[in-house]
Amino acid sequence: MTAFTSPPMDTAQAGPPPPVYAKPGFRQRLLQRLGTRIALGWLLLVLLLALAAPLVTAYDPLSGGDNALQPPLSAGHWLGTDDLGRDIWTRVVYGTRVSLAVGIISAFFAVLIGVVLGAIAGYYGGWADALLMRIAEFFQTLPRFVVALIVIAVFGASLAKMILVIALLSWPQLARVVRATVASLRQSQFVDAARVAGMGHGAIILREILPNVAAPIIVIGSLDIASAILIEASLSFFGLGEPNLVSWGGMLNDAQQYLRSAWWMSAFAGLAIALTVWAFNLLGDALNDALNPRAGHTP
Amino acid sequence: MISFILRRLLHALPLLLAVVVLNFLLIAFTPGDPILLLVGDFPAPPEYLEQMRREYGLDQPVWVQLWRYLAKVVQGDFGFSFAAQQPVATLIVERLGVTLELTLTALVFASVGGMVLGVAAARMRGRWPDTAIQTASSAGYSIPDFWLGQLLILTFAIGLGWLPSQGNSSVRDATEGFAGWLDHMRYLILPAFALSLRYLALITRITRASMLEVMGSDYILAARSRGASEWTVVVVHGLRNAAAPVLTVIGYNVGFILAGSALIEAVFAWPGIGRLLFESISRRDYPVMLAILLMVSATVVVANLVTDVVHRLIDPRLERT
Repeated sequence: MTAFTSPPMDTAQAGPPPPVYAKPGFRQRLLQRLGTRIALGWLLLVLLLALAAPLVTAYDPLSGGDNALQPPLSAGHWLGTDDLGRDIWTRVVYGTRVSLAVGIISAFFAVLIGVVLGAIAGYYGGWADALLMRIAEFFQTLPRFVVALIVIAVFGASLAKMILVIALLSWPQLARVVRATVASLRQSQFVDAARVAGMGHGAIILREILPNVAAPIIVIGSLDIASAILIEASLSFFGLGEPNLVSWGGMLNDAQQYLRSAWWMSAFAGLAIALTVWAFNLLGDALNDALNPRAGHTP
Repeated sequence: MISFILRRLLHALPLLLAVVVLNFLLIAFTPGDPILLLVGDFPAPPEYLEQMRREYGLDQPVWVQLWRYLAKVVQGDFGFSFAAQQPVATLIVERLGVTLELTLTALVFASVGGMVLGVAAARMRGRWPDTAIQTASSAGYSIPDFWLGQLLILTFAIGLGWLPSQGNSSVRDATEGFAGWLDHMRYLILPAFALSLRYLALITRITRASMLEVMGSDYILAARSRGASEWTVVVVHGLRNAAAPVLTVIGYNVGFILAGSALIEAVFAWPGIGRLLFESISRRDYPVMLAILLMVSATVVVANLVTDVVHRLIDPRLERT
């Protein structure tokens, strides 16, 4: 997976060596666009806020004070307060935790399931392949949001269930990509060589084949985080978030009844979701271009 | 072609069946009494509970129960909603029209707008309008549609007072005929736009990519060298050949737009299926929720089937594969 080596130079040729043009490395390619740098900066900020939430605000995100529905820039509450007098800035800051946790953990499990099932389907082929791909197709048919909504409504709201449901509904896309690559590499010479050398199936898949699928895993993983954050926000907006946690989607649910009197209850939480989802989407696109320098769309 | 349609039908049936089974499993493996789940949290007469127990054969093995559930669903019997005091099927049919109106408007707007923007971006590749369209579409794809709905309400309904934001017609001064239709259209604009933006962005992106691929091909060069007008080159030769992946993306998203309408209808108090879903969740009216899940999933399966057939019709090259 490392960059390809330069063509062997004709040592017999005398004279000064040809000028070496530095091939832009992965990092340069990734950070080429301004949008990607801004997106990474935003994500870093969100991560820091999630870790240091109690340090950047003095208020409790769950309990309010006497000053309900204060507009932004009022004394002590620079983003205003909600209908129960809770500080909006504090709630936006604490909301990073739920969004990042649900986004990252459910994407992690979706990737794990997708890679394992995709690798099995692609490597072994036959009935296992047919069965797994039909299951993947079934999950892709399901309207993810409605299924998640109903499962949570039936089994009760909790963060763990939400993560589980989102992961279970999100793996098929990656499974298909992994399957296709693994199936095409199964017959390649380096895999044959490993087999002749006496490597077991598991070792071949893990050490020889999967490193070649690293690019789509990273790209789709990043996009999965974005869509998981959106689903979490949608579920919480529907009132199915965990009640004792602050979630941006839940804040928008509170805001719905106060649109006429308190626009700030909607504005900042929604902006936080949109920017975070956008940043993960941009990061996914940039990773795709940087990891596939030849296939990527040229600007 | 007929055999292809039949094959696809055979392929779609197990998917539909699997959706029904999933519904059944949700009922069967729920903590608590499944009959209470089927009936909902609303007080039902004990005779009805008894009747349900008999009808679903809860004393029978699971596969008998599944079979009975299937038989009922095939007959269009989704149970009775005690929260609404109506059969579930009636409730859904009543609300279906307004939801279809909202989703189809959003779908048509997203498709036409997306193709126009995608072609424009591809034609101006690398220049600032292209960059602007690409940036806007990646933003549009990331904005949560229900928040966009709130923003539209804040801006156009509350701030500027141009458009109404709740419901689908004026109750107070209801009018008939054209004026009534016009009034209704004013209610449709904001929710339809909020619902469509994500798909508008998606279709723009796919159209751009597909057009870029097609516009580099030999027959475009040939058409240009024959002196064909720019319109002929771009639309007749370009877009027509670039259309297949675009139509596929549109078709594959029909069901997801329908699902997404749930959030939009909640924001705009649009009295359709999504609003019904929202209400049924807040009053734990399970039979309605499960019937809606079934309906939306079935729509996805059918829409995918139709998409595959249409794709095949417009792209005869697939015949050989």
